Amino acid sequence: MMDFAYWLPIVWAVILVAAISIYVILDGFDLGIGMLFALERHPDRRDVMVNTIAPVWDGNETWMVLGGAVLYGVFPGAYATLLPAFYLPIVLMLLALIFRGVAFEFRVMTRGTGREGMWNVGFMAGSAIAAFCQGAILGGVVQGIKVVDGAFAGGPLDWLTPFSILCGLSVMCGYALLGATWLIWRTTGVLEESCRRWAARLAVGLFIGIVAVSFWTPLLHAPYLRRWTDWPNIAFVAPVPVLVVVLAVLFVMGLRRGHSKGPFLCALGWFFLCLSGLGITVWPYAVPPGLTLWDVSSPPSSQFFQLIGTAIMLPIILTYTIYSYHVFRGKVTETDGYH
Amino acid sequence: MQYAHDPALILARFQFAFTVGVHIIFPAFSIGLAAYLAVLEGLWLRTGRPVFLDLYRYWIKVFSIVFGMGVVSGLVMSYEFGTNWSIFSKKAGPITGVLLSYEVMTAFFLEAGFLGVMLFGMNKVGRKLHFAATCCVSVGTLISMTWILSSNSWMQTPRGYTIDPATGRFMPADWLAIIFNPSFPFRLVHMGLAAFLSVAFIVGATGAWHMLKARKAGKISSEPVRVMFSMAMWMTAIVAPLQILAGDAHGLNTLRYQPVKIAAMEGDWVSEDHAPELLFGIPNMKTEHTDYAIRLPLAGSLILTHSLNGKVPGMKDFPRDQRPPSPVIFFSFRIMVALGMLMMLVGLWSLWLRRNSTLFTSPVFHRVALCMAPAGFLALLCGWITTEVGRQPWTVYGLLRTSDSVSPVALSSMAFSMTAFVVVYVLVFGSGMGILVRMLGRAPQEGEHDTPPDHATEILAARMHPGVIDPSTGKGA
Repeated sequence: MMDFAYWLPIVWAVILVAAISIYVILDGFDLGIGMLFALERHPDRRDVMVNTIAPVWDGNETWMVLGGAVLYGVFPGAYATLLPAFYLPIVLMLLALIFRGVAFEFRVMTRGTGREGMWNVGFMAGSAIAAFCQGAILGGVVQGIKVVDGAFAGGPLDWLTPFSILCGLSVMCGYALLGATWLIWRTTGVLEESCRRWAARLAVGLFIGIVAVSFWTPLLHAPYLRRWTDWPNIAFVAPVPVLVVVLAVLFVMGLRRGHSKGPFLCALGWFFLCLSGLGITVWPYAVPPGLTLWDVSSPPSSQFFQLIGTAIMLPIILTYTIYSYHVFRGKVTETDGYH
Repeated sequence: MQYAHDPALILARFQFAFTVGVHIIFPAFSIGLAAYLAVLEGLWLRTGRPVFLDLYRYWIKVFSIVFGMGVVSGLVMSYEFGTNWSIFSKKAGPITGVLLSYEVMTAFFLEAGFLGVMLFGMNKVGRKLHFAATCCVSVGTLISMTWILSSNSWMQTPRGYTIDPATGRFMPADWLAIIFNPSFPFRLVHMGLAAFLSVAFIVGATGAWHMLKARKAGKISSEPVRVMFSMAMWMTAIVAPLQILAGDAHGLNTLRYQPVKIAAMEGDWVSEDHAPELLFGIPNMKTEHTDYAIRLPLAGSLILTHSLNGKVPGMKDFPRDQRPPSPVIFFSFRIMVALGMLMMLVGLWSLWLRRNSTLFTSPVFHRVALCMAPAGFLALLCGWITTEVGRQPWTVYGLLRTSDSVSPVALSSMAFSMTAFVVVYVLVFGSGMGILVRMLGRAPQEGEHDTPPDHATEILAARMHPGVIDPSTGKGA
């Protein structure tokens, strides 16, 4: 039983990180496309942008619901301290996601009534605010929260620091890059060309963000620094920054040579590496700097029961998610679907 | 109430009630509408009659809007347990959080995963697979309801747990007892029927509106309009009486497990046999008396115990700090019951008209059906207010108080977010309602299926340019 109590939270931590990664990857390009509305003004091309994600965005957002539910069921201690700590950015993010989610439908349903513009702005601003809040919350978790007796004991604006703002801006930049590279893959013509230009600039922004966060993070807490600099850890973690640079080279090559999928895959790779890097940094804490995974987890009976369901359902979910993407594969053009 | 002095708690409760009250409309709408769409598509595949495809295309546009609003308002709920009720989440999360995760994994993904195929995919996957996708979405909505009602019912009638003495956490001991807790089957049936009934009244009112419009223009209403009206009225005639039986059974179950809730719903202060039923009154929590009461002798015992001399509980049997606020649920319960009776009358009336072959030609009935459009949803909301406010002052009934469940969030944050939620919800969901009403104000097109052969293109076109392109002519409006 002791073994169970030790291993189950680790298994769940891996599942949770996987769910968050899938969310970030899938909803990241959704949100990015929303932000790119700021750069693309042409209504037809905006419709193409939305059409590339319209059939799949509901499913993408569901991964976020899963993240919340898993945290609630498996790590209730983390759920109960993190959510009050990030009360304001979470509420702001949820409200932003509401605007964005309904704007998918409303911007076309109100076409011709003069209110379409409002929903386009809602789609753009909602995506931008949600992206910023997600980054700021992530940064806030990494910098740690004040916990007394297992409950959040800080102030409502503790999360708002230069570090969390930097993380928020980096994630905005990163999501916009995911969106632009997704559109390079899924569209043609003028839109694809514009996206190649935007992607180049956004990649520079994201790269600066990654570097800044990487150098800042180890300075937040002493254990973070040791994780990255002490021997033999360094042998295991060194590949992360090296791979970031390798991907940067591949990205530039892919963009120059007109590859359609390459840049998107590189951007995904960057996100994967960043999340891994943060996981390595924070491990084994669920709520830095005080609460470990084991401090916040639910009883083994809860974790085990949920694990059975997850082991059965997750492969099924992945199968039909892939099927759904397969059905809607291929380039989307302006003549597609709606003229 | 004993915690009336804590404004942060009041705000946390009000905010949760507001967001969940708005949210519940959309899943209920989706549950009923998805089942209706599956029936329509099934009938189309079976009979080949184009009218069913016309109706499918008409209602799927509504579904895409309703479902989207359900997703975004539901996302809020999955985080609000933690933001507003962190102590509750921490203590009950090992049970309710797991049930919620099962809901996400077995239902949400199924719905969201196949929604894209359902909305855009007919031309890409073929009729049979498309029908399968519609069925998956419909089944997903039902599975989702099952888990969430199991979790809610567990909070009302907790079973299968132990309490960890060190942390005060609820530890799962028997998952079957947790999931199939005593009030779950009753609540599930009552809610399921409520969702079907609510949608039946929306569909019926839409049909009635278009028949009245056609009549005013001196025309005969189109076939899709008549078919949708007829289907909705069949649903009403069958489900409304069933719902009253289900409500009665649920009431008996509540009497057994939560007698003080029943006493508060009935405005009864003293336990008595041969109890009257209060038709009206204003329960006063301070004086422990129901003022201006209009009593129907013996009916209270008869309704609650099915016998004239059955014993009915009174609120004075229970300590003051365990009584729910009777004035709220006394009225919400009565409004729900009155609407339920009205809905049943409409159903019976429709049977009578059908027998005389005047179902499609009675303008009075059509006007009544139009006015009844919100009846199902109003009754559903009143029912939820009754059961949730009736659970107070507990979150986990008899075990964890609401005042001990709230998050340590500053009052200023709560007040800010409350304002933001109200403003955003009124703006977003108000616009959504406006869009839905406008959409339903347009009659279903006959023979939409004849114009372009590409189903996906068509639905997309309708989704993209409903006000600009008239799908039957292809011309701008």
